Amino acid sequence: MSEQKTVHFIIERQDGPDSKPYTEEFLVPYRPALNVVAALMEIQKKPVTKDGKKTTPVVWECNCLEKVCGACMMVINGKARQACATLVDQIPQPIRLAPARTFPVIRDLQIDRSVMFESLKRIRGWIDVDGSWEVNTAPIQNPYTAATAYEIAHCMTCGCCLEACPNVGPQSDFIGPAPTVQAYLFNLNPLGSFNKDKRLNALMEKGGITSCGNSQNCVQVCPKNIKLTTYLAQLNRDVNKQALKNIFNK
Amino acid sequence: MSKKNIIVVGGGLSGLMATIKICEAGGEVKLFSYCPVKRSHSLCAQGGINACMNTKGQNDTTWEHFDDTVYGGDFLADQTAVKGMCEAAPKLIKMFDRMGVPFTRTAEGVLDLRNFGGQKNKRTVFAGSTTGQQLLYALDEQVRKWEVKGNVKKYEFWEFIRIIKNDNGICRGIVAQNMNSMEIEAFRADAVILATGGPGVIFGRCTASTICNGSAVSAVYQQGAEIGNSEFIQIHPTAIPGSDKNRLMSEACRGEGGRVWTYKDGKPWYFLEEMYPAYGNLVPRDIASRAIYDVCVNQKLGINGENRVYLDLSHIPAEYLERKLGGILEMYSEFVGDDPRKVPMQIYPSVHYSMGGIWVDTKHNTNIPALLASGECDYQYHGANRLGANSLLSAAYSGTISGPEAIRWSESDDIGEELTDEQLAAAKQTCVDEFENIINMNGKENAHELHHELGDLMNRYCTIVRVNKELDLCMDELKKILVRWNDIGVNDKGHWANQEAMFVRQLHNMIIYAMVICKAARMRDESRGAHYKPEFPNRDDEHFLKTTIASYNAETHEPNITYREYDHSLIKPRPRRYDVAKGGK
Ligand SMILES: Cc1cc2nc3c(=O)[nH]c(=O)nc-3n(C[C@H](O)[C@H](O)[C@H](O)COP(=O)(O)OP(=O)(O)OC[C@H]3O[C@@H](n4cnc5c(N)ncnc54)[C@H](O)[C@@H]3O)c2cc1C
Ligand code: SF4
Ligand code: SF4
Ligand code: FES
Repeated sequence: MSEQKTVHFIIERQDGPDSKPYTEEFLVPYRPALNVVAALMEIQKKPVTKDGKKTTPVVWECNCLEKVCGACMMVINGKARQACATLVDQIPQPIRLAPARTFPVIRDLQIDRSVMFESLKRIRGWIDVDGSWEVNTAPIQNPYTAATAYEIAHCMTCGCCLEACPNVGPQSDFIGPAPTVQAYLFNLNPLGSFNKDKRLNALMEKGGITSCGNSQNCVQVCPKNIKLTTYLAQLNRDVNKQALKNIFNK
Repeated sequence: MSKKNIIVVGGGLSGLMATIKICEAGGEVKLFSYCPVKRSHSLCAQGGINACMNTKGQNDTTWEHFDDTVYGGDFLADQTAVKGMCEAAPKLIKMFDRMGVPFTRTAEGVLDLRNFGGQKNKRTVFAGSTTGQQLLYALDEQVRKWEVKGNVKKYEFWEFIRIIKNDNGICRGIVAQNMNSMEIEAFRADAVILATGGPGVIFGRCTASTICNGSAVSAVYQQGAEIGNSEFIQIHPTAIPGSDKNRLMSEACRGEGGRVWTYKDGKPWYFLEEMYPAYGNLVPRDIASRAIYDVCVNQKLGINGENRVYLDLSHIPAEYLERKLGGILEMYSEFVGDDPRKVPMQIYPSVHYSMGGIWVDTKHNTNIPALLASGECDYQYHGANRLGANSLLSAAYSGTISGPEAIRWSESDDIGEELTDEQLAAAKQTCVDEFENIINMNGKENAHELHHELGDLMNRYCTIVRVNKELDLCMDELKKILVRWNDIGVNDKGHWANQEAMFVRQLHNMIIYAMVICKAARMRDESRGAHYKPEFPNRDDEHFLKTTIASYNAETHEPNITYREYDHSLIKPRPRRYDVAKGGK
């Protein structure tokens, strides 16, 4: 009898926000192009540990399975990344899964990222249109600026960059790279730029851009390859200019 | 209770659009979603959104868009509704542009347009290859603004379970469950909009997100809402087959010059170009899927004898591909490992979209008063087959109709009495009991395995080719699966983030919905759009130029199928052919 090839997972589990973490190990049947989410789905079908103990299925979050919704971010072999886009063939085994503990854990690999959505309120992450009814035609845009906007607009609020940033966490109130850089996106837009001052002022407050220590971790992990540090630097200049402007306008 | 209190279930393009319209009219919205609305399935849409912008010197008209949509849908769509949508499309694009959607632009800085299947003119506005993501984000941002203003309260990570009707049968609330704390709560409203998206997950693997399970639609159907045209399931011709999901290769690949072929007698055979010279690779989805199925299954000419053919972009300059299709090509490399700029991709058709859904009138009212439905969960606009890039449009447009219509209900005396505390408590208790019963299930079946079987069954019998004898068999098997559902064993007995127990409840709804699709397909003895029966290869307008209506029979769990007239008065039905250019108006 030929033995079936399996993939070995060591998963950090936690029953609730205040419970103690523990690990469980699983063997999942191998197949080509197997990704981490597909492996977790196999565990749902057969929630039995490596040692044959029946257990509960592992809890995690996913929707799109194509690296666009941001939901399935977790720490895989020590690195924050999207589980759906992580092929088991491309990483060493055993594969260790853990929740991204920069955020409160809800259960197992599922975390609470509501703080990221709250930060989008703070940076005024929208264009102030008069309404959804017919008003004017939107201004023509420089196609190159629009291409930059398009790049930043890919941010799927996954939180990899916050997990990787040494300055985000309980020790600081830094809102983190993703929401900060979103401010740049809205400032780039011809209509959005009308509220540029407000966004820059929001970034001057506590937890704003001055909390970034320029350690460059974020840009290395962003699954959407957004040039975070480039835009952080640009924003820094804009914020400094705004600070001067504020002084002169006093 | 304050007036104009609307519940919107679903925060995809349609639910968010409705929410904005309600807020603008002074209403308040409770917005329910499985996930943060910013992660809704709409963001998977890649290719684009149709609107007659007429900026390519082709004299495109909204009438042409209307005609293409009706023709593409094999004349089964309500024409007044479609006409309204096509006329509103350019205005919607301008709205999105003002909201900051980073559309791809021309050298002059205006919105670029691309080709899409079933349309001869360039009419598809796009933001690279992530159009849905960008449109969804724009609406998400606007809704966040309304949230800050206090008009919107989000219930994210809440699952809708059922609606609550008052004594007059009017929908005046819902029951929902917090997916973390598991608490079940009943909510009052003046009117309820369902915008819960498509049912793809009933087929197991499909191109949709894992939350597109049709469970909400099934729930209201079991409470008396009618489902229309459920047999019309769109099979997308070009997906990357996968074990967890089939990942879509956008139609934009063909729009930008991609060619579909396989080897025949040792030479590449561009079979779509040969079979349909007028449209070539740009034939609509049903036609392309059927051709690929025929080549692979009947002629056994798939790649290495497997069910796959090539989708080839390798002849197009890499720089052009990067600019127009960057994101999706990256996805192929990422999930398959090959570079589509250099080697042809391997694809096969997959379940993609449901033309059918909750029956609604042109104002998006269901047959249950004060219950509305919009977006992919309704049956409107696409008839027997949807044109590519028309459903982001219908999702957004339908929200601009359902939102104001819900406001109209809230201001009218027709909504009757609001729910009493007793009614709320009773509805809640029903759902609590049902959930506790699920948690206590100790049978032999695993819910996820059973779901896998359901998906296999539906894929085998209810997709590209449908045969009556097999559909009868499928129905029998579905009934068995429904019985086996009772023998599920739930491993997780906890009351905190219990995804397994929630899935068991969803699965029951999915099986019931599957029976609707199967039975409706069985009864329609003709071929039209996505519904193809070799036994009845032609369209039969005499008998089936009608909407299929399914209503739930609680005793048998099966649907009662009837047929309803609809408005096809504006464009006279004519044969739908893609081997020659679209015939006269
Ligand atoms: C891969 C892919 C590519 C596509 N590309 C295109 C394209 O290029 N152009 C185009 O026009 N169309 C495209 N489509 C189709 C289009 O994306 C969808 O039809 C459309 O986005 C549906 O929008 P919606 O608002 O109806 O629903 P969705 O975006 O699916 O949103 C549904 C919402 O309902 C919520 N929900 C569902 N059930 C419940 C419940 N029980 N309780 C609580 N909340 C619930 C979800 O959380 C979500 O917020 C594509 C589809 C796929 C799968
Ligand atoms: S550059 Fe700034 S935001 Fe990025 S990881 Fe470093 S400190 Fe964090
Ligand atoms: S910037 Fe990148 S890493 Fe950070 S949340 Fe957005 S997509 Fe994720
Ligand atoms: S599931 Fe959407 S990013 Fe992984």
